[in-house]
Amino acid sequence: MSAVTEAPVELVRPDPRSLAGETGMVERPRRRLLPFDPWHLFLLPLAAVMLLPLLWMVVTSLETEAQTFHFPPILWPGTPQFGNYLDVIRDSAFTRWFWNTTVVTVTVVASNLVLCTLAAYAFARIRFLGRAFIYFVILATLMVPLQVVLIPTFLLVKDLGLLDRLGALVVPNLVNVFGIFLLTQFFRTLPIDLEEAARIDGASRLSILLRIVVPLSLPALATLAVIQFLWTWNDFLWPLVTILTNQDAFTLQLGLATFQGSHQTQWHLVAAANLMSMVPMIVLFLLAQRYFVRGIATQGLKG
Amino acid sequence: MDRFRRFLVSDHAAGWAFILPSVILIVVFGLIPIVWGLILSFQKAGLISPEREWVGLGNYAKIASDPKARQAALNTITYTLLFVPTSILASLFIAHALNRKIAFVHFYRLAVFIPVVTSTIATGIMFLWLFDKNYGLANWLLGKIGLGPFGFFEDPNQAMIALVLMTVWGWLGFDTIIYLAALQGVPQELIEAASIDGSSRWSTFWRVTWPMLGPATLLLVVWSTISALQLFDEVFFVTHGGPLGRTSVVVFYVYRLAFEQGLGSLSLAGYAAAIAYVLFLVILMLTLAQFWLGRRVVHYSS
Repeated sequence: MSAVTEAPVELVRPDPRSLAGETGMVERPRRRLLPFDPWHLFLLPLAAVMLLPLLWMVVTSLETEAQTFHFPPILWPGTPQFGNYLDVIRDSAFTRWFWNTTVVTVTVVASNLVLCTLAAYAFARIRFLGRAFIYFVILATLMVPLQVVLIPTFLLVKDLGLLDRLGALVVPNLVNVFGIFLLTQFFRTLPIDLEEAARIDGASRLSILLRIVVPLSLPALATLAVIQFLWTWNDFLWPLVTILTNQDAFTLQLGLATFQGSHQTQWHLVAAANLMSMVPMIVLFLLAQRYFVRGIATQGLKG
Repeated sequence: MDRFRRFLVSDHAAGWAFILPSVILIVVFGLIPIVWGLILSFQKAGLISPEREWVGLGNYAKIASDPKARQAALNTITYTLLFVPTSILASLFIAHALNRKIAFVHFYRLAVFIPVVTSTIATGIMFLWLFDKNYGLANWLLGKIGLGPFGFFEDPNQAMIALVLMTVWGWLGFDTIIYLAALQGVPQELIEAASIDGSSRWSTFWRVTWPMLGPATLLLVVWSTISALQLFDEVFFVTHGGPLGRTSVVVFYVYRLAFEQGLGSLSLAGYAAAIAYVLFLVILMLTLAQFWLGRRVVHYSS
């Protein structure tokens, strides 16, 4: 194999048109056979395949019911049926689910920002009895996924009287160990000089945290916020087991799942509802793409 | 009194005051369920009924002779063996393709990343429709190149493959982001040096780049294995374990035993908790084994 692949590359003249590369990329001057980079031949079909499910949802959501049940599929409806979206909003509890999900997500994100910041600052900067031990035990709980402790956590929430209420979705998620870990790691990288100077001037721990540490940590806080937003907005398993009968407490994911079940032959409506449920997440992603990317890269450090 | 006042202004008090709200919540919703679950796994217990009978290791012994548990275990292993290599190899290639300055690269990256923020249910809805046996776009497109028609999720022999394709679509972006970050950490000088020495692209990749991607690959293997073993949402929503139990995975079986056998006396919460703990043990041992193996193969550069 190597005999074939290790061609005498030095004979190929460097091509001055080739672009200077990003760090670490495998790009080398070579003769161009095509008027464009040959990688487009892979990337363009790839992008098409990745976007196909979404684009097909958009098309379906704009068709009439009869058009969706046509084979071969109708690739573009003559007149787009924007009314499908209104029908979903009018005829289902969609706005209720949307509102519930927003309330739960915003509460959980806000509470995580506050509680994780407080705890992480203590773990990063304050020397107190039991610090290392508590930190270790807390991180160890990250090893146990919800799937494993689903039944006892359900029983606990039932005994607390939270079943079938939004509280069941909020209270157990008020603080997330991953957030504490993320922020502790970040606070440890901040220079300590400013904080020490403020301490000598008699500033309290809390005011140091609020006036010095938090303003320096906005990127880390943004990362935590978007990742937590993603987890809460899209969560399905936990709402599924705790919101049993009370449809007024359904989240978007629960609502969509039942909506799809009860409107199996109305794909134009299911598609419209599905797309509307994704809008906030996609908008947030477009606005804060780099924080998502950073958050995912740090999830890697978790293990 | 004086000593108490000194404690109040001490670092110990400050530290505990900062962590206390979090610690209480984590003990209640993180630690207590872990212990409770273990106790439950030694009991014959329903989900709602208060009667709990101690059966020792009985629940664990029962797993070995439960054909449905064996089927769930086999399905989970099959899924994991298909999902992990497929998603990692595909994302490595995609990250390699995306790691260059060419026109539209931001658009290409966006297309790959968007499924990361798409929920499992939204993904399930999209693929149920795309893979619809009668009206789906997939059967039409595949028919154009002379393939199919396929039953996808409705065909006992294809449902698992369709499930893997759907979840790989959802996970590619996550893996690609991690590989892309790792690729951008490979020093350009190393690649240039190899190229000056006359090494081909192919051998430069395997001898220079691939070893430097070791930590990222190890991480993705561990991470994807863990999440593959915990698969639930897609199975619950899209196939509900069917057809003929061919996609019934472990977590879905646990859910079924505890929550779907009726919330009354028929619920087998104790038995389900035992299965969940076996799953946890398997995940833990696999993770440790992967890290142990990884340490011997992967070279970390500082």
